[in-house]
Amino acid sequence: MNAIKQLFGGNTRQFGMIFALVALVVFFQIMTEGVTLTSGNLMNLLNGNAYILILAIGMVLVIIAGHIDLSVGSIAAFVGITVALAIRDWDLPWWAGVLLGLALGAVIGAWQGFWVAYIGIPAFIVTLAGMMLFRGLNQFVGKSNTIPVPEDFQYLGAGYLPEIGPNTGYNNLTVLLGLATVALVVTMGLRGRAKAARLGAVVAPMWVQATKLALISAAILYATYLFATGRPGTSLPIPGIILIGLVLFYGFISSRTVIGRHIYAVGGNRHAAELSGVRSKKVNFMVMMNMAILAGLAGMIFVGRSTASGPSDGMMWELDAIAAVFIGGAAVTGGVGTVVGSIIGGLVMAVLNNGLQLLGVGADATQIIKGLVLLAAVAFDVYNKSQGKPSITGMLSRGLLTKNKPQAEAVEAAEDKIPTRA
Amino acid sequence: MQTPPTGHQSPLILEMRSITKEFPGVKALADVNLAVRAGEIHAICGENGAGKSTLMKVLSGVYPHGTYTGDIYFQGAVQSFRDINASEQAGIVIIHQELALIPELSIMENIFLGNEPTRFGIIDWAAARVRAMELLARVGLADSPDTPIKEIGVGKQQLVEIAKALNKSVKLLILDEPTAALNESDSQHLLDLIRGLKGKGITSIMISHKLNEIEQVADSITILRDGESIETLDVANDGVNEDRIIKGMVGRTLESRFPDHTPQIGEKFFEVNHWNVAHPQIPDRMVCKDSSFFVRRGEIVGFAGLMGAGRTELARSIFGRSYGKFVSGTITLNGQDIVLRNVAQAIDAGLGYVTEDRKTLGLNLLDDIKATTVAANLKEISPRSIVDRNREFEVAEHYRKTLRTKTPSVEEGVNKLSGGNQQKVVLAKWMFTQPDLLILDEPTRGIDVGAKFEIYGIIQELANQGKGVIVISSELPELLGLSDRIYTIFEGAVTGVVDKSEATPEHLMRLMTSSRVPA
Ligand SMILES: Nc1ncnc2c1ncn2[C@@H]1O[C@H](COP(=O)(O)OP(=O)(O)OP(=O)(O)O)[C@@H](O)[C@H]1O
Ligand SMILES: [Mg+2]
Repeated sequence: MNAIKQLFGGNTRQFGMIFALVALVVFFQIMTEGVTLTSGNLMNLLNGNAYILILAIGMVLVIIAGHIDLSVGSIAAFVGITVALAIRDWDLPWWAGVLLGLALGAVIGAWQGFWVAYIGIPAFIVTLAGMMLFRGLNQFVGKSNTIPVPEDFQYLGAGYLPEIGPNTGYNNLTVLLGLATVALVVTMGLRGRAKAARLGAVVAPMWVQATKLALISAAILYATYLFATGRPGTSLPIPGIILIGLVLFYGFISSRTVIGRHIYAVGGNRHAAELSGVRSKKVNFMVMMNMAILAGLAGMIFVGRSTASGPSDGMMWELDAIAAVFIGGAAVTGGVGTVVGSIIGGLVMAVLNNGLQLLGVGADATQIIKGLVLLAAVAFDVYNKSQGKPSITGMLSRGLLTKNKPQAEAVEAAEDKIPTRA
Repeated sequence: MQTPPTGHQSPLILEMRSITKEFPGVKALADVNLAVRAGEIHAICGENGAGKSTLMKVLSGVYPHGTYTGDIYFQGAVQSFRDINASEQAGIVIIHQELALIPELSIMENIFLGNEPTRFGIIDWAAARVRAMELLARVGLADSPDTPIKEIGVGKQQLVEIAKALNKSVKLLILDEPTAALNESDSQHLLDLIRGLKGKGITSIMISHKLNEIEQVADSITILRDGESIETLDVANDGVNEDRIIKGMVGRTLESRFPDHTPQIGEKFFEVNHWNVAHPQIPDRMVCKDSSFFVRRGEIVGFAGLMGAGRTELARSIFGRSYGKFVSGTITLNGQDIVLRNVAQAIDAGLGYVTEDRKTLGLNLLDDIKATTVAANLKEISPRSIVDRNREFEVAEHYRKTLRTKTPSVEEGVNKLSGGNQQKVVLAKWMFTQPDLLILDEPTRGIDVGAKFEIYGIIQELANQGKGVIVISSELPELLGLSDRIYTIFEGAVTGVVDKSEATPEHLMRLMTSSRVPA
């Protein structure tokens, strides 16, 4: 009904997170005297965190369904090393290596999904076992060695879009991508609004919608500008493109499709879902399997970026991914969370990491700050829930970003529409 | 019914003055006044969503001072409770519409939860046991204090809640729909207990949609309508009866409790034969014993039985084997034998089942109304597996209108609805699956008289469309008023079938309590 609202997950919590993210960026931009928002730094930030953000996408679905996955770092490492070895020893082309990695991820996911969904062992246990199992397998297969990957495979983790067309001083493909995204966001926003209004649903007033769209478009265009004007030969990085594609795809799946609804239903109340005809076992199996496939992909992107696969790749990734999901507003008890929220949560952590690093803050202090931020974000949430109030940023943004109170006319308008069974 | 001397002349123990409570988009209470005399049983009546539970939550500190406007005077002093503990300190204990006991813990542990008797900081279980026995004796519960809560029925759980309240030296006991989930004899026991407490000087406030009970035990009745206090009736002097209460609640008199209906009964289309199902954990305990029944098109079939007779188990085992272990038996639909292995298959075959336990089995409390309404028939609004949210909105709006669900918008979370309105949303969810056979398990539990009438009308309308309806209910008057034919069930077996024309409460009662299988 409302593409933008959907884009942000439509709750005050996430608007709050967006504000927090913007505030952080501005803060570091000032403190670092403009280094934060430079092409080079943004590319670093994206390349250095894409694999965690990809994990967060899978993780939020797992957590919505009421589970957890502790094994993603080990799976990423195991898939990474297997693919590196296969490319080296069997002379596989890069794309065959990628396919092999995804297939291996699927097999691992099916294994874990089987125990979780069909045998009924809590995912915490299954994936704790998997964490040890696949870490061990990584070191067994690789004999604890570091295995390099060829240059064409590195494209996956460190590549850029080619320069094509006339020399405009910008990376042309990045510019095109940016413009296309803006066009898509604007048309979807307006069309969704018009359709909802026709049906008599409550829609935000036009100026609210327009402001929203303008803000989003400006942000996209600014990012486009930064990515398109990096040092020659650079553009929006390949991991970033993969990430954006996955966010759009999974964001759509989770909010707009039947399977997405089923994931929320199972996490919200499994028994009620089953009595409504949802096959909860199948849903649980699929989220676990999907997580492992994405973990495999994340592992391969990381290997591409670091040019080799090693025995300690992926250590602690699960924790970063889980933190991103919870900062992004998911609930430990399941049933709550969004893909976009988790990405924002992950970005908050990434910007924090990056900014503190630029300021020369040590790894120790960075850890402490990140830990406190996680706690604060969730505490804030819990406190607001207990008070029954929206967040502070939510209240500030209420006039701008939330919907209007329901209107009697709108309700009457839907009066005579009767659903029919085809 | 003769009641012990009431506190007509006794002083006010509680006065709530111009209480106003708003939720975002809803004014739940507007200038509500409530005056309760010491030692009386004060009933609060009103339609679903009238604000009864909200008023009691204000009183008991669930909604703390400052989140509402108005004053509370309790025992002569202005009170501003910060939380439930504060109101309990003052002697006000609330037993909520949804029970709040911990299923894994024992009766004794639940009674003392948060209030454990200690010696030197260590729980003194010996003292606790003695006290628990005392309290259980007072509420008339014979079970061992070590029995886990999950092993006793709702009726007994209510008694445990009351024992827990008595342990806190309660002066004012608030009961929010205490008998909604109880059968007649358990309800009677509970009402007697409340009356006994009154004899001991404990004042009670009771919310109920069972007006006959209110007429029976209440000394005064305050009526709420749309968040406003309409009137307070004095039962002894004002000649109050059920019709009078209804008039206050809905603002007009209700001519009859059941809509007029001339059944148009067609051919037999759904049949279950020799249905045997075992308990899910205990394979040699049978929960359905060789049960057979059928439903004709356009027919409303009642399932009568005591609580625990196995009606829900029978219904759920048919509904895609969602309960128990299937042993043997056949289901015939439109002359063809079918096998329903899971709920999805049952829904596809045209069955629907509205559960009796909406909180744990019927609703995802995190969802909003529109998502809940379409949850059991997502396919219908999802071409190519993509949910059409405009259709979703339309459908939800349609059912909000037909069932007259009280909510500011279908985008509201179901957790924000009053109990009765949640029930309507669950009904909407199943009506939207357009089932050929709809099984309704206690469909009017917690629903006000006006809405009951509407729901009966909807059930009859479904029947008129040639569908079959099975109604499971513990309220015999409801079954007698609604059903065309009634099966009686006792200990998992069908013990009889009675036509509407021959059905009397006595006859049904006999069949519901005997294992005599009809010839
Ligand atoms: N937490 C909440 N947030 C928003 N609205 C609420 C909330 N709790 C209750 N309401 C609204 O306040 C009104 C009164 O609800 P309340 O639960 O007091 O009704 P009730 O009289 O107890 O009804 P019932 O007989 O169905 O239990 C309803 O319209 C309900 O939707
Ligand atoms: Mg209520």
